[in-house]
Amino acid sequence: MPNDQSTPGIVAGRLSADQIAQNFGDLHPPLDAHEARVAADRCYFCHDAPCMTACPTSIDIPLFIRQIATGTAEAAAKTIFNQNILGGMCARVCPTETLCEEACVRNEAECEPVQIGRLQRYATDTLMARGGHPFTRAAATGKRVAVVGAGPSGLACAHRLAMKGHDVTIFDGRKKGGGLNEFGIAAYKAPGNFAQAELAWLLGIGGITVDYGKRLGDGLSLDDLQKSHDAVFLGIGLAGVNALAVSGNHDGLASAVDWISALRQSNDKADVAVGRDVVVIGGGMTAIDAAVQAKLLGAETVTIAYRRDKAAMAASEFEQDLATSKGVRILYNAAPKSVGKEGITLARTATKGGKLIETGETLTLPADQILRAIGQTLDGAPGGLAIEGGKIAVDATGRTSVAGVWAGGDCATGGEDLTVTAVAEGRDAAEDIHTSLTGGA
Amino acid sequence: MADLRSNFIGIKSPNPFWLASAPPTDKEYNVRRAYEAGWGGVVWKTLGEAGPPVVNVSGPRYGAIWGADRRLLGLNNIELITDRPLEVNLREIKQVKRDYPDRALVVSLMVPCEEEPWKRILKAVEETEADGVELNFGCPHGMAERGMGSAVGQVPEYIEMVTRWVKQNSRMPCIVKLTPNITNILYPAEAAKRGGADAVSLINTINSITSVNLDTFTPEPTIDGLGAHGGYCGPAVKPIALNMVAEIARSATTAGLPISGIGGITTWRDAAEFMALGAGNVQVCTAAMTYGFKVVQEMISGLSEFMDNHGLTSVDEIVGRAVPKVKDWKDLNLNFVTKAVIDEDLCIKCGRCYAACEDTSHQAIEMGEDRTFRVKDDECVACNLCVNVCPIENCITMKELPLGEVDPRTGRKVEPYANWTTHPNNTAANAG
Ligand SMILES: Cc1cc2nc3c(=O)[nH]c(=O)nc-3n(C[C@H](O)[C@H](O)[C@H](O)COP(=O)(O)OP(=O)(O)OC[C@H]3O[C@@H](n4cnc5c(N)ncnc54)[C@H](O)[C@@H]3O)c2cc1C
Ligand SMILES: Cc1cc2nc3c(=O)[nH]c(=O)nc-3n(C[C@H](O)[C@H](O)[C@H](O)COP(=O)(O)O)c2cc1C
Ligand code: SF4
Repeated sequence: MPNDQSTPGIVAGRLSADQIAQNFGDLHPPLDAHEARVAADRCYFCHDAPCMTACPTSIDIPLFIRQIATGTAEAAAKTIFNQNILGGMCARVCPTETLCEEACVRNEAECEPVQIGRLQRYATDTLMARGGHPFTRAAATGKRVAVVGAGPSGLACAHRLAMKGHDVTIFDGRKKGGGLNEFGIAAYKAPGNFAQAELAWLLGIGGITVDYGKRLGDGLSLDDLQKSHDAVFLGIGLAGVNALAVSGNHDGLASAVDWISALRQSNDKADVAVGRDVVVIGGGMTAIDAAVQAKLLGAETVTIAYRRDKAAMAASEFEQDLATSKGVRILYNAAPKSVGKEGITLARTATKGGKLIETGETLTLPADQILRAIGQTLDGAPGGLAIEGGKIAVDATGRTSVAGVWAGGDCATGGEDLTVTAVAEGRDAAEDIHTSLTGGA
Repeated sequence: MADLRSNFIGIKSPNPFWLASAPPTDKEYNVRRAYEAGWGGVVWKTLGEAGPPVVNVSGPRYGAIWGADRRLLGLNNIELITDRPLEVNLREIKQVKRDYPDRALVVSLMVPCEEEPWKRILKAVEETEADGVELNFGCPHGMAERGMGSAVGQVPEYIEMVTRWVKQNSRMPCIVKLTPNITNILYPAEAAKRGGADAVSLINTINSITSVNLDTFTPEPTIDGLGAHGGYCGPAVKPIALNMVAEIARSATTAGLPISGIGGITTWRDAAEFMALGAGNVQVCTAAMTYGFKVVQEMISGLSEFMDNHGLTSVDEIVGRAVPKVKDWKDLNLNFVTKAVIDEDLCIKCGRCYAACEDTSHQAIEMGEDRTFRVKDDECVACNLCVNVCPIENCITMKELPLGEVDPRTGRKVEPYANWTTHPNNTAANAG
């Protein structure tokens, strides 16, 4: 008998392949030309626009929307890419409800912001569909820069450096580029293999070589890179995950990041196994993504257990609503205590005097699969670099404590752990590297 | 990025987008910021004679018309020419021109209709090393009551006379700015040409009252219970301005006279349309006043993308491209037949096309029981009203009948081009 939603254990094929394919379609389908015009028409072209300030890459949002409104989507895309070369991915994955769209002045009068993210996608999709690459390289400088990590920060850094005429080699431990764009982001946010398409398009600038399967700390040292290059940028993300401190054993206990990564890499989502009763531990974007995708694969019950209250949850209100709209239950104030045959036992918690305490009550949920999403950690950072709060310490321009070495993105201090922040930091570090290589400060 | 450089009557600017003479160009602070924002040139706010400056009202000087979502479509103003002292303006002009030699700086002028005041002010402007002068024969309120502005612009003989004085007393290029408040734009344009103008610019604002307050029965904007007509500008005036530009561009009497296009230009597309109808460059006022100086960035990128997509390498390749296609009604093909076609898949069944056609046109749309709408080809005269009132883009389109096909309305085959001049009903044509 084929599997269905009530089949016990962790199995694939709980839903029909068609249903799964449909579930994993675009979260926000692209706007057509008419919809884009209508959406663009709502922009007031604000002076010193708050949305622009709210965007970590400071895209000139009013300008690009006006360019869409006047029928020049390609010019709009150039405005976007000038600031954010991964504007295509950011249009899909940015939590706009806490960034640009939260700042939109339309919220004041109508509680409905301009759809900046979807308009950004409209513009970038239009230009990328045309093929070719919109930027050209400056005259060769003869300088060589090593970039470690082909995630958003590394790619943004490499692109900006290549544009300035430097030769860049990217080293990445994996066999595929894109970083978490490829291995982490929820499948329904960037369907159609977009991460790889965007990577290939970005490399169209020229002057960037990517060396896959090369891991820093594994036959490749910072010393070596510094000797063979004029500058080094580290964009290695957070490769480690936090362990769950609970008693007992459970066969279905796994890291949410690993499970999502396997899901992203599967050729057919219908082959991905998922539990009947899934419990996800955590309160961030990873927890939401794991829970939603488990539900989309056909898990019968999916519960996110978060140890603090709703207001403290890192995942935005929009993300929480998305999860509950898909049928995920979010249990607030529930901290994991033990796991075993019966599933998972959670302690009820409360915040008293600013401290999280257990109330003494517990609750046990059946669980064939328990995904822990309680944070990633820096792993594999080369010795000798100053570390601060678990991240590589950098200044505002991305300089680490070691001369000639810059860092940005999730692995470095500063900013939220978001794709767009990683892009901003990679880009800004590239500008600083350029200044320092061409005789500036 | 296409090359947008412009050379208008010898005045060079990095792009063809100038700010029109108006508040945006009334002082050094503005003009510097406009240049920094990317404007290719400015026409300084109109200067008057030395002496006690002009006085403006200190109550509201603007009124407006809005579209849906409070989009500003038309602006009305009762502002006069600059109310700052002449010497201050001249000093600032000189300073700005020195600091921005690559940008165009033209000075707009309006003094009484006598030669001496014109001589005096021309000499003073020449000393600033500005690129040229624009004669404001267009301002329709206030100054016109004192025999200047449109009071001059409405009398071709005066235009010719003053233009001649200016050309005789100065080496600077001279642009004559025309008022649209006349019967036929060719008369003032021809007069300017006769007077030796290097170019005309148009349009200035149109006489207007934007609204009436029905509680107080006063026209708006209201100054202490009274109102006066103002000058209308902004997107609403563009069609009027486009036609006037085209008339000058295509008339044998004024053909070849350079034109600076003004009136409702808000986007790159508006600018390109003016240029296609013969404007060598464009001037903008209301769009800058509505959205700030930064709007020019969209104009620059948009025109550039348009030129790149069309393989154009110079803005001059756009100028006048549409002029040969602007004709008189009598030249239009009376054998050209189209029919409206409603796309049922796109139709949202609002019935606006039906109401429009049934009540006010040719009863050529039928409405089915299930609110399906279909065009009756044997009634449709192709007026286009249904297309214009339909809320859905491309839902109703016009299909051309090929040569030889029978028009179900007339029962006649579509024949090759023939216009009114040879039409059998044209008794005038057939008389001779
Ligand atoms: C499940 C999940 C969902 C997310 N969803 C969103 C979202 O919807 N929106 C959003 O804005 N952000 C989201 N994020 C966060 C976002 O993905 C990251 O902030 C962003 O990818 C950080 O980019 P980065 O370049 O710093 O690092 P990464 O994307 O992590 O890339 C690091 C790269 O470095 C390589 N690398 C690591 N160590 C080494 C080494 N020692 N040697 C060589 N190469 C190495 C890795 O293989 C990887 O390719 C999500 C994160 C996760 C985990
Ligand atoms: C407030 C205001 C003041 C103006 N003052 C002048 C002026 O001093 N001299 C002039 O030649 N035109 C003046 N104009 C007319 C503009 O230069 C321009 O011709 C007109 O506004 C049409 O362009 P637009 O539709 O882009 O605004 C003024 C327009 C406005 C709105
Ligand atoms: S725009 Fe400025 S000057 Fe005009 S009314 Fe408002 S605040 Fe006053």
